[in-house]
Amino acid sequence: MRRKIFHGIVMLAVLGLVFLGWAVWMSGILHRSTPESQQVARSVPSAAAVATRKAWAEPQFASVIARGEYLARVGDCVACHTMRGGKPYAGGLATPTPFGLLYSPNITPDKQYGIGNWTEDEFWRAMHDGIAPGNKLLYPVFPFTYFTKVSRPDVDAIFAYLRSLPPAAQPNHPNEMPFPYNQRSSLVFWRALFFRAGEFKPNPGKSPEWNRGAYLVEGLGHCGMCHSSFNALGATDKNAQLAGGLIPIQRWYAPALNSGAEVGLGNWTDEELTQFLKTGVSVRGATYGPMSDVVFHSLQHLSDADLQAIATYLRAQPVLVSPGDVQKIEVSPQLAVELAQQGRQIYINHCAECHQLDGRGVGEQYPPLAGNPSIAMQPGTNAIRMVLLGGFQPGTKGNPRPYSMPPFAQLLNDHDVAAVVTYIRQAWGNNAPAVSPAVVTRFRHVPE
Amino acid sequence: MRGVVLLALLALGVSDAALASGKPSARPAPTTEQPKVSTSLRQRIAGCIACHGPYGQGGGSGGFAPRIGGKPAGYLYHQLQNFRDGRRVYPLMTWMVQYLPDPYMKEIAQYFSDQSPPPPAPQTPMVAAATLDMGRKLATMGDPARGLPACMACHGSSLMGVQPDVPGLIGLSNDYISAQLGAFKQGTRRTKAPDCMHEVTAKLDGAEIGAVAAWLSSRPVPAGARPEPAGSVKFPLQCGSIDG
Repeated sequence: MRRKIFHGIVMLAVLGLVFLGWAVWMSGILHRSTPESQQVARSVPSAAAVATRKAWAEPQFASVIARGEYLARVGDCVACHTMRGGKPYAGGLATPTPFGLLYSPNITPDKQYGIGNWTEDEFWRAMHDGIAPGNKLLYPVFPFTYFTKVSRPDVDAIFAYLRSLPPAAQPNHPNEMPFPYNQRSSLVFWRALFFRAGEFKPNPGKSPEWNRGAYLVEGLGHCGMCHSSFNALGATDKNAQLAGGLIPIQRWYAPALNSGAEVGLGNWTDEELTQFLKTGVSVRGATYGPMSDVVFHSLQHLSDADLQAIATYLRAQPVLVSPGDVQKIEVSPQLAVELAQQGRQIYINHCAECHQLDGRGVGEQYPPLAGNPSIAMQPGTNAIRMVLLGGFQPGTKGNPRPYSMPPFAQLLNDHDVAAVVTYIRQAWGNNAPAVSPAVVTRFRHVPE
Repeated sequence: MRGVVLLALLALGVSDAALASGKPSARPAPTTEQPKVSTSLRQRIAGCIACHGPYGQGGGSGGFAPRIGGKPAGYLYHQLQNFRDGRRVYPLMTWMVQYLPDPYMKEIAQYFSDQSPPPPAPQTPMVAAATLDMGRKLATMGDPARGLPACMACHGSSLMGVQPDVPGLIGLSNDYISAQLGAFKQGTRRTKAPDCMHEVTAKLDGAEIGAVAAWLSSRPVPAGARPEPAGSVKFPLQCGSIDG
């Protein structure tokens, strides 16, 4: 009974907050114009010229559009704003979040369903402030918390590019979110707590290359969306920036990108890291899961200079929080020993041909497992999934005929998978806890 | 299952001497010598071979992975694209192929098309003789009264398919064929428009789909049978799955 009363009070409080948010929003307190929009020189035609799509076909805009296309690649806009097999940028891809299912909108220049009626200032406001025309507050699954650091000329160029695309008359899919998250007014509080608009400020004490990398990683690249942990309200923990995180719902673990123990980018060479980002493979390991998506749609298209800048910035990231103490022991010590012993034989039977008995792998074709942070990082779930699913390295311009790993889901039962993953997490100097067969069960589905 | 056994045998090819040295130890001493990895396509596509077999004979995944060896390359290429683009739904296939470039997909399709896996034993149908006969009639004659073309009208009189885009229908399991016909009917397996397999299967009821699948899976694959040459069949339907 007491619990019910408590729930009632919480619900009333939430309702009150939502109403308050709505009231604040309607009162127009937050409807300020963005000063930055008036300061930056225009790199693209005026709003009047934008009114017709024809203006963008003029040859003088070709270079702006080309720059916008490149920047849209950096931002990986296409990955979320395109559904499987759908028209590029026409939206419709569902992103599962702890707050419900959100569908990406159509950002082609279609006048009815897309952004065909948007002005340059409105696009800037969406990117910089997270507010769409009609004062519609955008959910932070759209990374405006990162895009706010993108410069006005860059945002304008992206807009020019999107305006140059063929319009797709594809209606937007309504989000599927329960109350109170379906109330956009609730975002007033989220924003008050977690969002400050502001442009990127270069650090004069660092090299231009470092600063370019910071601009890309912290801005358009929005790397921290996956590689940082979220708090209960779906905001990135400031202290955990790039310190690794579990992608909610999808449950892929995105490792830390600082120089700490996980990926330990401080130990990589620049060449290894830029090659990894550009081609999806390196002697340190290959991308898999969501990172393959990023390499395929975005990173392989980046210039060598930008990749080098990203590498410079990432490799200089200090460790702010240590993930070391969150390692969980999932099985009894006795079972852990048994799993590792049984896992060794499974490894010899099924894995050693490619990854080698000493776990060193072979070149870029077969990643090393010894000393590979993807194997030994805090949750064993990525390694479990790779054993179950296998898969191809992403096919990129730099690796157009990728190698692959067989899926073992059909061949190995949960106990066997736990055994072989436990073995590789502890052999050859790797030092990570055993994984439980019960955890394997939860990862047998194929991620969408 | 055969693919899996083969894979296991491949893995077991590790020599005894190698096994003896495989004890878990401290971080390996770096050496300059690296094992050589074959650069062949077959080596690269171990992920495909695990279920479909090195000759595309099929069988993995509890018998559900279809026999793709010897099927027309255009057809196989289209299926890889269909899995990537969501026109065909089988999550593990989509997972495998979603980041493969088109030219590589074409190369993989050609590899399996070039194989001649040994003919599988035909399945003994688990249906009544009358059902089997219904399946035979639909497959070989269709039902002109309902505007239903025979399977043979497009897939060739041998039912081994037609180069380059029309697949063969024999040498596949009853479960696989009935699942595909059902998926076409429900629209969960699609082709590029116009989707003529949807048009055809929409006219079939569940019993007819079962009958056709039972009859097709009971047909033996003749030794050395190949898809019929391009241009040898005049198709009764306009199909998006045929590049033409």
